[in-house]
Amino acid sequence: MINDGAYALSRQRQFANLAMMGACAFAAFLAVLVLALILWHLLMRGFDALTLDTFTMTTPPPGSKGGLLNPILGSLAMTGAGIAVAAPLGVLSGTYLAEYGRHSRVAHGVRFINDILLSAPSIIIGLFVYSVMVVPMSHFSGWAGAAALALVAVPVIVRTTEDVLRLVPASLREAAFALGVPYWRFIVSVAWRAARTGILTGILLAVARISGETAPLLFTALNNQFFASSMNAPTASLPVVIFQFAMSPYHDWQRLAWAGALLISATVLLINVLARWLARQRR
Amino acid sequence: MPSDSAIALSRDGIPRDGHATAAEHVFRFVCRIAALTVAGLLLAVFAVLANNAAPALSTFGPGFLITEVWNPVTEKFGAFAPICGTLITSLIAMLIGMPLAVGSALFLNEVCPHRLRGPLIVAIELLAAVPSIIYGMWGLLVLAPFLSTHFQPFMTEWVGPLPIIGALFVGPPFGIGMLTAGIILGFMVLPFIASVSCQVFAAIDPVLREAAYGVGATSWEVCKNVILPHSRAGLLGASMLGLGRALGETMAVTFVIGNAHHISSSLFAPGTTISASLANEFTEAVGDLYLSSLQALGLVLFVITFFVLAAARLMLKNIEKKAAK
Repeated sequence: MINDGAYALSRQRQFANLAMMGACAFAAFLAVLVLALILWHLLMRGFDALTLDTFTMTTPPPGSKGGLLNPILGSLAMTGAGIAVAAPLGVLSGTYLAEYGRHSRVAHGVRFINDILLSAPSIIIGLFVYSVMVVPMSHFSGWAGAAALALVAVPVIVRTTEDVLRLVPASLREAAFALGVPYWRFIVSVAWRAARTGILTGILLAVARISGETAPLLFTALNNQFFASSMNAPTASLPVVIFQFAMSPYHDWQRLAWAGALLISATVLLINVLARWLARQRR
Repeated sequence: MPSDSAIALSRDGIPRDGHATAAEHVFRFVCRIAALTVAGLLLAVFAVLANNAAPALSTFGPGFLITEVWNPVTEKFGAFAPICGTLITSLIAMLIGMPLAVGSALFLNEVCPHRLRGPLIVAIELLAAVPSIIYGMWGLLVLAPFLSTHFQPFMTEWVGPLPIIGALFVGPPFGIGMLTAGIILGFMVLPFIASVSCQVFAAIDPVLREAAYGVGATSWEVCKNVILPHSRAGLLGASMLGLGRALGETMAVTFVIGNAHHISSSLFAPGTTISASLANEFTEAVGDLYLSSLQALGLVLFVITFFVLAAARLMLKNIEKKAAK
């Protein structure tokens, strides 16, 4: 019955289907191929260059032995400081958008602006922090770098916090109000607790995002060949050092750049995997 | 059932009978300030940029946008080369990224075997998670040499002599240039467009799809006649989102664009984009007019990206509402 000639697909339709869906499959395959190529080169050249020296020595002049200790520490410090500022700001804003401002027009505008900031060029953020922090302080500093990273992280945290808080079931809110619990108490003790995995996932994704950001750091924290004496001095960071070393004509600097690239990618991908695992635990 | 129920409270949750404690008001105030800070950020960025760009814009006037010359020594600056470079690389990125992304999304939604679907989605999301500097490094140290040895000489010899499109593909095979930057950007925006397209396709009423399969349409006919026509607004929004990303991308482009303040007819030639100019020249700029011109470039980029992203958001609003249901 199925192979009855009157119901069979014409060859032209069969061919068109095969060709176009084959092209779609090829598109997906191409995307995965590029990812595989990037990861392959990262692993191949990065592992080659990764030694104990990379973690124990500071950045060298071209031609000498050295490592990536000061950029690694600088990145950790600035990312940590940035998230320490961005997480409370982002969670509180997301809470406002999801709870108090669910219907207000002000919240509508804030949500719109937040979505634009989410995809805005990060180099503009760096330009802004330069004008607002570096120029008045008259020197580059790790604090300015951390501020720029915080400004990049905040929209991510606001978006994920709002999405997760909206998923808290209405029955919890009704039960809390029925018991006479104040709204703020409900948010702090019930809503945040119910959504804590989601909020943590959002913060982790923001950390992953700012660990790889270079442009905001270019004119805020600048760079430093040695250990920064404090966060108040120009601070080396892994992405900026990779930028400097990879574009240079020196082979040993390029090897260190691959090692640094492997470190950043491993960190970012591990955090993404962790966030994904956490999200699945929530269910 | 609506997710927010009718409760006898004022609009923002504070009890109407005036029994709200000080803690309630403080907490709400703190949350509100946090939200307004985020909103104020955008306005602050615009205000600071405009303020810093004012000297350059008042010196050069509106001609700033269409002058190609960029001479720090004589202090004559024009934004035409960076603006053109930004637009051209973004156009190439969309020409490469959009078909690949929509194709991948169609494949994922319609034809992909079930067991392959999960890993494929993870792979595409990982493509989005890779930092842009890694793309730049890979582009400079892997893709550019490959293009300069295998692709560009071939194109110059075979496509170069052709009448009109030939002019696009001539020139010394540097490997870096507008085309390489466009290719890298295309693969960077692919995952963003693909994931939004997946959401858009999933938001189409399944009855339509099932009816089409029911009358004997092939997968491609369902895609062509049911899915794509119904997702036009969503796909446009997704492409504008990708365009917004491509316009502002800095690191991946700076590595492979070649950094020449020139507009050339060939895609193999080096050029520059607004973000690449800023990344390369800002820390070395001497003189107030130079700095102010760079800030003016940043302002132009900010304004363009703002309008593109606002348009994207407006187009995707309905899709997000449907997807949330």
